[in-house]
Amino acid sequence: MNVLPQGRTLVIGVGNADRGDDAIGLLVARQIAQMGLPGVTVVEAAADGTELMEIWTGARSAIIIDAVHGYGNPGTIYRFDAGSSAIPAKSFRHSTHGFSLGDGIELSRVLNQLPNRLIVYGIVGTDFDLGSGISSSVGAAAREVAPRVVQELRDAQ
Amino acid sequence: MKARTIKVDYLARVEGEGAIMVKIKGGKVVDVKLRIFEPPRFFEALLRGRQFSEAPDITARICGICPVAYQMSACHALEDAFGVKVEGPIRELRRLIYCGEWIESHSLHVYMLHAPDFLGYEDGIRMAADHPGELKRGLQLKKVGNEIVTQIGGREIHPVNVRVGGFYRVPTRQELAPLAEKLKWARDAALQTVRWVATFKFPGLERDYEFVALRHPNEYPFNEGRLVSNKGLDIAAREYDQHFKEEHVQHSNALHSVLKERGAYFCGPQARYNLNFDKLSPLAQQAARDAGLGTRCRNPFQSIIIRSVELVYACDEALRIISAYEMPDQPAVSVEPTASTGYGCTEAPRGILYHRYRVDDHGLLVDAKIVPPTSQNQKTIEDDLRQFVTANIDMPSEQLQLQCEQAVRNYDPCISCATHFLKLQVERDS
Repeated sequence: MNVLPQGRTLVIGVGNADRGDDAIGLLVARQIAQMGLPGVTVVEAAADGTELMEIWTGARSAIIIDAVHGYGNPGTIYRFDAGSSAIPAKSFRHSTHGFSLGDGIELSRVLNQLPNRLIVYGIVGTDFDLGSGISSSVGAAAREVAPRVVQELRDAQ
Repeated sequence: MKARTIKVDYLARVEGEGAIMVKIKGGKVVDVKLRIFEPPRFFEALLRGRQFSEAPDITARICGICPVAYQMSACHALEDAFGVKVEGPIRELRRLIYCGEWIESHSLHVYMLHAPDFLGYEDGIRMAADHPGELKRGLQLKKVGNEIVTQIGGREIHPVNVRVGGFYRVPTRQELAPLAEKLKWARDAALQTVRWVATFKFPGLERDYEFVALRHPNEYPFNEGRLVSNKGLDIAAREYDQHFKEEHVQHSNALHSVLKERGAYFCGPQARYNLNFDKLSPLAQQAARDAGLGTRCRNPFQSIIIRSVELVYACDEALRIISAYEMPDQPAVSVEPTASTGYGCTEAPRGILYHRYRVDDHGLLVDAKIVPPTSQNQKTIEDDLRQFVTANIDMPSEQLQLQCEQAVRNYDPCISCATHFLKLQVERDS
């Protein structure tokens, strides 16, 4: 991973490109990357909490987009202000293998390494099978989330 | 006296899903079960009919923490089948990527998963509030391990650069040089880790274990060596099936592995240490002595010190390899498949990982057998719990439950590999 500039504004798409709706965070991140917004660094990441901590440590603000499960109908969009309170960690848990996005946020909070502003968008997925594509309701939600993220980035400037 | 059950539904800070149940009746432990309910994953079956060359990448998917171990055991087993021997810089690079994986895995377990038990915290996040410096050190150590795996393997989880015969691409000396600077910091951090964990208070537990690990005449084992034990086992990997067997038990989706002649055994860092202390680097040996460890250590709660000593060793060894590295002319030796059966066993962070493959004359896999470390330790974990609870029968239930969980985490179990996690239940008739 390249060293990212301090004080940056980040958009972080989280997910696995090969696991159906889990790729939704990556898809939104790619849509935003294509816009070439000045002063915004777009990063794609796996859901490992320690890797995510490295990415957002030193950033001024970060917006994360990730798939969630078990938290409403497919395509439902949630927005969490993780800077002010914990996210519902279980819904963002990608594996039993240790360290999730929620764990990374809480450890960063304890270590005073959270960006000033950390927003998490969660899109409820339904199909996380290997090799399956993104389901239609989830894809539609992605098209709705991307402009909201862009608007947040503009509002924050 | 009524029955008492100590129960942990989903033991945290282990890999995968499982539970522990301990039943106490009339002041005696009457039943201990390590229940693994994570569904079986059928990797051995899905390998059938695939090209031999796919085995390292398919089996790497068994575990996100120790994919390198799966890749290494797969490569060695298939090279054994085809009569290929990998030497020189390629062999050294295999040891280097394994150092990276040990550093990643051990630092995660020592700092995030096991240290909170000794310091009385629910998890690493809560521990971080009082011990931020230690947590940052642990995360930074893990990162150095990740960087080694990324440099050699192409990416930090499920590396893509390993193949039967060697690698797809090998690094230049210049590409490895920046790792050396980070490893010098990491080696000092690992020494601090040993000193830190040596101050912990260790519950008493010692049993007459049979430790099983690889042993090599010239080195602390990663990839090669004979399978030896402190009770007389001394065999090649290809003799594994003659001496070990897997048994199905009703309460676990992971097969129990036992020695045919003597039953339960113990693999992992503590087994490696007890059987290979003389092969640790002088710095790692000194760190162990300074921490109060002898050349043998039977208290499994002290495994956290041993893992930390292995962190020192892995950093030291990685530095040695980088310093002596000369880029090979070819990234891999050529491999010609023949109809044959191959056997491989390497030292995953959690212990010996055995692979066996039968290949047909088209290079297709006809049969595969994979025995991960956690499935080999299941019986020993149950036996530890039985003795520990028996010796501490009057301990208040809540404390006993916490210490039982801690006892399980001594083994850093990877349930996902073994099926292939944890929920603890102690039933008491008190």
